Amino acid sequence: MARIAVTVDGTAREADVEPRTLLVHWLRDDLGLVGTPVGCDTSNCGSCTVMIDGRSAKSCSLLAVQADGTQITTIQGAANGEWHPVQVAFKDCHALQCGYCTPGMVVAAIDLLSENPDPSEAEIREGLRGNLCRCTGYHNIVKAVQQASELMKEAAK
Amino acid sequence: MTATVEHVANIGRPLRRKEDARLLTGQTQWTDSIKLPGALHMTLVRSPVAHARITSVDKSAAEAMPNVVAVFTAADLGDLNARIPCVWPVTDDIVMPEFPVLAIDEVRHVGDVVAAVLATDAASAEDALEGVHVEYDTLPAVGDLEAALADGASLVHSSAGTNQCYTMNVPNGDYAAAKAASDVVVSRRFIQQRLIPSPMEPRAVAVSPMGTSGELTVWSATQIPHVLRVLLALSTGIPENRLRVIAPDVGGGFGAKLQLYREEILALVLANKLGRPVKWTETRSENMVATHHGRGQIQDIEIAATKDGILKGLKVTLTADMGAYLQIITPGIPLLGMFMYNGIYKMDAYDFSCTAVFTTKTPTDAYRGAGRPESTYAIERIMDELAAELGMDPLGLRRKNWITHEEFPYTTIAGLTYDTGNYEAATARALELFGYDELRAEQKRRRDSGDVVQLGIGVSTFTEMCGLAPSRTLGALKYVAGGWENCTIRVLPLGKVELVTGTSPHGQGHETAWSQIAADVIGVPVEDIEIIHGDTGRAPYGMDTYGSRSLAVGGQAILRAGEKVVEKAKLIAAHQMEANPDDLEFVDGAFRVKGDPERSTTIQAVAFEAFTAHNLPDGMEPTLSGESTVDPADFSFPHGTHLAAIEVDTETGKATVRKYVCVDDVGVQINPMIVEGQVHGGVAQGIGQALYEGAEYDDDGNLLTATLADYLIPSAADLPSFITDQTVTPSTTHPLGTKGVGEAGAIASTPAIINGVVDALRHLGVTDVTMPATPEAVWRTIVAAQSGAQA
Ligand code: FES
Ligand code: FES
Repeated sequence: MARIAVTVDGTAREADVEPRTLLVHWLRDDLGLVGTPVGCDTSNCGSCTVMIDGRSAKSCSLLAVQADGTQITTIQGAANGEWHPVQVAFKDCHALQCGYCTPGMVVAAIDLLSENPDPSEAEIREGLRGNLCRCTGYHNIVKAVQQASELMKEAAK
Repeated sequence: MTATVEHVANIGRPLRRKEDARLLTGQTQWTDSIKLPGALHMTLVRSPVAHARITSVDKSAAEAMPNVVAVFTAADLGDLNARIPCVWPVTDDIVMPEFPVLAIDEVRHVGDVVAAVLATDAASAEDALEGVHVEYDTLPAVGDLEAALADGASLVHSSAGTNQCYTMNVPNGDYAAAKAASDVVVSRRFIQQRLIPSPMEPRAVAVSPMGTSGELTVWSATQIPHVLRVLLALSTGIPENRLRVIAPDVGGGFGAKLQLYREEILALVLANKLGRPVKWTETRSENMVATHHGRGQIQDIEIAATKDGILKGLKVTLTADMGAYLQIITPGIPLLGMFMYNGIYKMDAYDFSCTAVFTTKTPTDAYRGAGRPESTYAIERIMDELAAELGMDPLGLRRKNWITHEEFPYTTIAGLTYDTGNYEAATARALELFGYDELRAEQKRRRDSGDVVQLGIGVSTFTEMCGLAPSRTLGALKYVAGGWENCTIRVLPLGKVELVTGTSPHGQGHETAWSQIAADVIGVPVEDIEIIHGDTGRAPYGMDTYGSRSLAVGGQAILRAGEKVVEKAKLIAAHQMEANPDDLEFVDGAFRVKGDPERSTTIQAVAFEAFTAHNLPDGMEPTLSGESTVDPADFSFPHGTHLAAIEVDTETGKATVRKYVCVDDVGVQINPMIVEGQVHGGVAQGIGQALYEGAEYDDDGNLLTATLADYLIPSAADLPSFITDQTVTPSTTHPLGTKGVGEAGAIASTPAIINGVVDALRHLGVTDVTMPATPEAVWRTIVAAQSGAQA
């Protein structure tokens, strides 16, 4: 067992974890943050994407111990009082159907926009390559990221 | 249509979805997120080989491992080792081998299940798999469909004496005569590769034997909680009234969760036996071999026409891969396509035959479209080949042969009556959006200049059948269940509404769309309606969600249930206002005495009166609700025209979708935003089949594409944006006029893409390309064509 201290969705957590425990399992099984789902076991799908120190990461490809000392934001902490513009745009553009890819997709999109506030369609598609969605065909996800970009530019004015 | 639906306020509007708030904030309840105190975690010992005799199982090491509670083999389970039933015995002499939940003596595909391990936590259950030592005596793998049918072939089920599951021939008209009357006959062999449905949520099941009234509660990531309850009772002998099946949030299905799976049975019987909750979550790697696959057919297609391009006849000879066992409707999938090989075209004769074959691979079953993508692919591909043979424009050939809009209702050569359609209108709109003539001109320029990147135009003018299904038709096809759907609408004492539906959404947005229908019928705000679904305890009757049936059939039940509510409410309102019911009008939720606007009441007020029951008409029962179970009168037939501009790099073989236009006619749209989303997702999956996806096995029966790194479901970077539009030709088989949209895109797009790839390369001698049309496959095709190998 190893002792870790991580701030998750704004709450400081300290825990003893088995060295082999994946971050996503710690979040889901120990902290009960089941909003972040698991879609694969080869780090291909992106369903498990969370924000670690401001950058998106696949929480199935990290050990919980590797997150020691970090700040993690999951989909359950993405809204800060009110919804993040990406969440707003996802709903408005119908960028989700079953919603299983959505937590990871939203977090990945937030990261994409923080890196590149005004991405082209090609940049959005390339930027979300690591997040698979089987329902939407991505068309509306791309639209939502574009809309979120507009919303965020508006808000920054 | 009834008077209540005339004041349309919500039907037809792109309302944002009710579902989204919880899905966008992680307030979800996936089956894997359900935690039950004291639950045992189940893992499964799966066969690493395609075909073998089990010579010994030694589980002692696993049993000695920490936290392991029990390990069960087939021998340990004994009578509890249920058999998975096939509920669609398509012919009288079909071979239906036993399909035990835990393999008995023999394993027949990679992923077949030998033993179940139960431990107090997931990691221990996973670790304990290594402690179960199974010795196998390898038997020959059976992979190739034609070799499997040859004399002396190794057998998947030796007791059956054959690898043939069934064979059937259904002649419609006199094909020999039609062929004799033709000038041109074109034949092709198309391969429908195996596909892995891959919903983003893998399967999961949790069972608690601690239901409040002694029932067993089963949570499953399933599309079919109602059907599943029946099948679980049937296969395990546990009485159905002791089972409550719940489909919580379900992360996509696409047919893969339209099933009774061995893991569901195991979790149930073991929870029942041990008196403890049992939970199983599928890993993605398991999903690739343990969740059923789709497609998997050889299609020998022959089409006969006059030299003017008038179709005379079509001959379809299928060889269909069942996989190692029959899942619930495995043998019926080719039959769902049987009715549609003629597509939207008129012809004199159509001969269908199908031979189904066992192989040592994962069982096949429904995957988005189930039979109809296969048939649409075949007819739309062969139409292009015929057009090329005749030197005609592919759309010109289609126009000559399709059913014109004046000819509906039209009974096709396959025996279905298409109620309505307008192929001319959808095609005209698609051509406009596509810029057909300009792209043809560009294609010519590129051909003439010998450009490395060639341009092809792919056409697909498709129809499909939705609204499974009139129960009598299903009975005639030997399917053992019905096709009705149920709805109850309750107006609660304070005016809020519960709508209980038997459909079971897993991404389709029923909570929003069903609210829109009911809001218009009973005149309450959309926000006041709560949709109850996916739980046999709360929504007791239903046939669930698959085959684009939920709106086409379930929508009718909503409409009828709502009408019953209004009919009853009107009697109460008339009684309260001392008016004649015939003198009342019902507008936007208010009953008004015609010509006397001062006298009115609302449906909410009536609901309260129905609750107190102080002053109801004599003999009327209290409470305000309406229930309806609707058996559809017929199928509905969405159609559309899809056009794809495909660029093919002739040096690398890479095919790129440059432009994709589709105009779909799904009849009346309840929520156009959801309709469009369904089309996008379907088109993407169809493009997946055309260009990216395919389950590949080696000669020993090992799945080579066993992870999402190898089985390529398209990412955002692999797809274009789509240009979509609609024409609206309402279905006439039921009062809502809707048709169904869940599968349309997946059915239509695959042939559009491949027609485009072949069209780009036809001048090089290419007449077909196998799917998935990866760069390597296309490049090889070009090389073969140039060396004269492709006719
Ligand atoms: S669960 Fe698939 S990438 Fe993490
Ligand atoms: S919305 Fe279902 S996987 Fe993306």
